[in-house]
Amino acid sequence: MLIRLKGGRIYDPANGVDGVVRDILIHDGRIAADDPTARIDAEYDISGRVVMAGAIDPHTHIGGGKMTIGRMMLPEDHRGQERARTDLTRSGTGFAVPSTLAAGYRYAEMGYTACFEPAMLPANARQAHMEMGDTPMVDKGAFAMLGSDDFLLRQLAAKEDFNAVKDYIAWTMHAAQAIAVKVVNPGGISAFKFNQRKLDLDESHVHYGVTPRQILRTLSQGLVELGVTHPLHVHGCNLGVPGNFATTLDTIRAMDGLPIHLTHIQFHSYGTEGDMKFSSAAAPISELVNAHKNVSIDVGQILFGQTCTASGDSMRQYGNTKSANPKKWVVMDIECDAGCGVVPMKYKDKSFVNALQWAIGLEIFLLVDDPWRVFLTTDHPNGAPFTTYPHLIRLLMDKGFRRDMLQKIHPDAQKASIVGSLDREYSLYEIAIMTRAGPARSLGLKDRGHLAPGANADVTVYRDNEDREAMFTTPEYVFKNGELIVRDGRIVKVVQGATHVARPEYDAGIEKSLADYFTRYHTVSLSNFKVSDEEIIRHDRGSIVVQPTGARV
Amino acid sequence: MPTASQGIESQASNGSGLDTFTSVTCPFCGLHCDDLEVRNSSGADAGHLTIARNGCERAARGFERRPPPSSPQIGGRDTDLATALATAARLIGGARLPLYGGLGTDVEGVRAIMALADRSGGVVDHHLSAAIQRNMGVLQTQGWIMSTLTETRNRADLVIVVASDLMTLHPRFFERIVAPAEAMFGGVPSDRTVVLVGDCGHADAITRTGVKHVVEIPSANDDIPVVLGVLRSMLKGTQLPARDDQRVPFNELADLALRCKRAEYGVFVWAPQALAFRDGDLAVQIVTDIVRDINKTTRFAGLSLGGNDGAASAASVCSWQSGYPLRVSFASGAPDYDPYRYDIRRMLEAGEGDLLVWTASFDPEAAPPATGLPLIALATPGMRFSREPDVLIPVGTPGLDHSGRLVRCDSVVSLPLRQLRPSRLASVTEIANAIAASL
Ligand code: SF4
Ligand SMILES: [Zn+2]
Repeated sequence: MLIRLKGGRIYDPANGVDGVVRDILIHDGRIAADDPTARIDAEYDISGRVVMAGAIDPHTHIGGGKMTIGRMMLPEDHRGQERARTDLTRSGTGFAVPSTLAAGYRYAEMGYTACFEPAMLPANARQAHMEMGDTPMVDKGAFAMLGSDDFLLRQLAAKEDFNAVKDYIAWTMHAAQAIAVKVVNPGGISAFKFNQRKLDLDESHVHYGVTPRQILRTLSQGLVELGVTHPLHVHGCNLGVPGNFATTLDTIRAMDGLPIHLTHIQFHSYGTEGDMKFSSAAAPISELVNAHKNVSIDVGQILFGQTCTASGDSMRQYGNTKSANPKKWVVMDIECDAGCGVVPMKYKDKSFVNALQWAIGLEIFLLVDDPWRVFLTTDHPNGAPFTTYPHLIRLLMDKGFRRDMLQKIHPDAQKASIVGSLDREYSLYEIAIMTRAGPARSLGLKDRGHLAPGANADVTVYRDNEDREAMFTTPEYVFKNGELIVRDGRIVKVVQGATHVARPEYDAGIEKSLADYFTRYHTVSLSNFKVSDEEIIRHDRGSIVVQPTGARV
Repeated sequence: MPTASQGIESQASNGSGLDTFTSVTCPFCGLHCDDLEVRNSSGADAGHLTIARNGCERAARGFERRPPPSSPQIGGRDTDLATALATAARLIGGARLPLYGGLGTDVEGVRAIMALADRSGGVVDHHLSAAIQRNMGVLQTQGWIMSTLTETRNRADLVIVVASDLMTLHPRFFERIVAPAEAMFGGVPSDRTVVLVGDCGHADAITRTGVKHVVEIPSANDDIPVVLGVLRSMLKGTQLPARDDQRVPFNELADLALRCKRAEYGVFVWAPQALAFRDGDLAVQIVTDIVRDINKTTRFAGLSLGGNDGAASAASVCSWQSGYPLRVSFASGAPDYDPYRYDIRRMLEAGEGDLLVWTASFDPEAAPPATGLPLIALATPGMRFSREPDVLIPVGTPGLDHSGRLVRCDSVVSLPLRQLRPSRLASVTEIANAIAASL
């Protein structure tokens, strides 16, 4: 099958292509080199259209127990948000915590072709994969959470050989079928189980005597030495606490050049100035990020309206329960592995704090120079549901629109923010970096996020439109592996995406200590803890793509 | 359809002709213990499973049961599978409101039934939904702070059981979670105190599992909410009702309040299935209130067991696929949630629906309620019906006859299930998918 997309304007930053008009050839699911003599089976005239690789969301909570807790807890989120079944698609519901099927369809309708669940507890990995298996249309992958699990904390407390730590990290990635590793409130989720209510970068865990700094450095160094492409994905200490920007700055410095990805950094960029003791620290944060090439970020932009926060950070989410809206929430201690907190939230533009959070996110977007190191996220659904991305893109691309929106927020927040004075407007090329090329490179997705010959033909075609929100809401065509799956925002074919994993080497000897640990303390056996390929392939009707890792050192 | 021996994983052929499987997950209650060793007999007795290590009586009843020979039937007469499937598809295709009840199956089976219900505009309900709803009502009004099995096993220094006979519903809970040989924190597990509030079965049975300290606080079931309410007041230091209320064991509760305050990580445990008394859901609510109160200063958590007969899998899959936990109707073309209206038992009594599709792959006792409606049963062999189903398709048991997965009672962990014996029985997934394909 040979398809020609004729005459589109191509934005393909991974290959330095910035708005060049040319044809794209798709041969059996992959991008092919142009060949004017080739016999074409299907041709789409897309002159004047904007063409990008399929979008990639590197941080979206789409699968796993905490989302299902949110779904169960919030029937009011789903009522009035039904999606009826069609001859092609299943029914679904939901706005902030959509059902899996609805989420997959909606992502594809917006031109996304891959989504990564960033907080997969290894103990909950099987369910996370089952939910992702029921998320059609898009490729997916997940980051295994480490850093508050008792096995690692015991290793660190006992000052075990670093190779054993690396073996354990790699083993966990295999067992949980993960592509990367995330740490959430390093050590803090465990500390909360010991009734510690706060754990700063250099504070010691009451039981293990280990500090977040140690955990961060160990995990980051471990991943580097294991050859894992995506740097340690860090949800830092003190999420949401006014004044936490100092910890965030210290965290960057603490890494001494070791690579980290600071996720939803907006929630970690708060100062304590002003009457409300709440202020923006976007400027110092952005400045330090700009100066540290080892750091990448995603923003976790908040947008106004009802949503639901869901995090592994039981300690901080417990602290946030006082703002729950509606007034109900779940906090869990989980399996000597991690925890979770699910707290519904309604961000209001007339609330000073929420309005300033909104402004802080935008300030960071506009102050961080290098779009290759900042990814466009709302930390779905924590800052806002992913369906708000087109609105967020317009805020970044259109300063007039941004200023209009700024006029609507709490007046004191307007005054407290520099957003109004920032003239930067993102270009289509930069949007393509933040939503495609950047995440693909950071996650180590070999054949995704770009349009060079050989790449998987995940392609999104937009009608150019000054109203960028409208443009990015409803692409004209979306191709997945060369098949047309969406036309004019409607699904025309249902496909099942692949699951991306990374499999760094480990010494199987680690299973000796793990077997001992599991037998002595766990309620699941070591062998059943591991999620098998067969489960994803046969039971979830999926497929697995093993992305390359570098050599272990 | 599966062939006789496809996918059998013989772990140890020990020369005696026996297949022995280790780390087997037990599907027969929501704890889903996975430390069982199960043997498949050889020769004339092939297919008969015996538990060689671990397990419990409940597990033995499930694994060691000899399912009688079975065949697909139409109106009580044997037929071939193709005819049964075609008849089932015709009935479903012609139904205006098919009711998909029972739902005793694994994750894959629930997925397949959900797809069928979505397609045919039906209602889905698990036969233990009333128990699930006791928890869901509380989750949806105020939420909760919860623990899981491994966390409780390693951390709990006080375990309070609320009106639940766990030795019957979840027989190995005490052995595996409360009094294991070792725990990571807080000393020797068998030194933990277990407090039984209300009817929790025989305390001796619990002590026999290795728990040394059992304190009983008797209460009639109907008084449980009052008793828990008094405990909450004591903990909060608020004014108590008159001490002459005969229903309330004030001294014992004062002692329990003290234990709660001293605990580093106390856990309230209940089996929602056991709270089948007046205001059972209120008991869940007060327990979760108490947990929230205590967490202002120290750590405490709830732990709901349950999840028997695949109930946790059904509720979880239904939630992630439709957005709602059970009792969902697809009649309008999109999911509609109403835990009262879409109670299939109630619907049958009220004459709603025009076809019952009943799934029961674990328990031959989990028969459909009597109904005048046409009935399709996907049932484990040996089930007795109040009248012959219009279509009966025998199905295998997940974790014995075919592989699969089940979600554990804590709704966090799920376990893989293996095929332990050659089986001619198809899975619910295969049957439901085959029906869907010919609709
Ligand atoms: S306690 Fe439950 S899961 Fe464990 S062996 Fe007994 S029946 Fe099976
Ligand atoms: Zn997140």
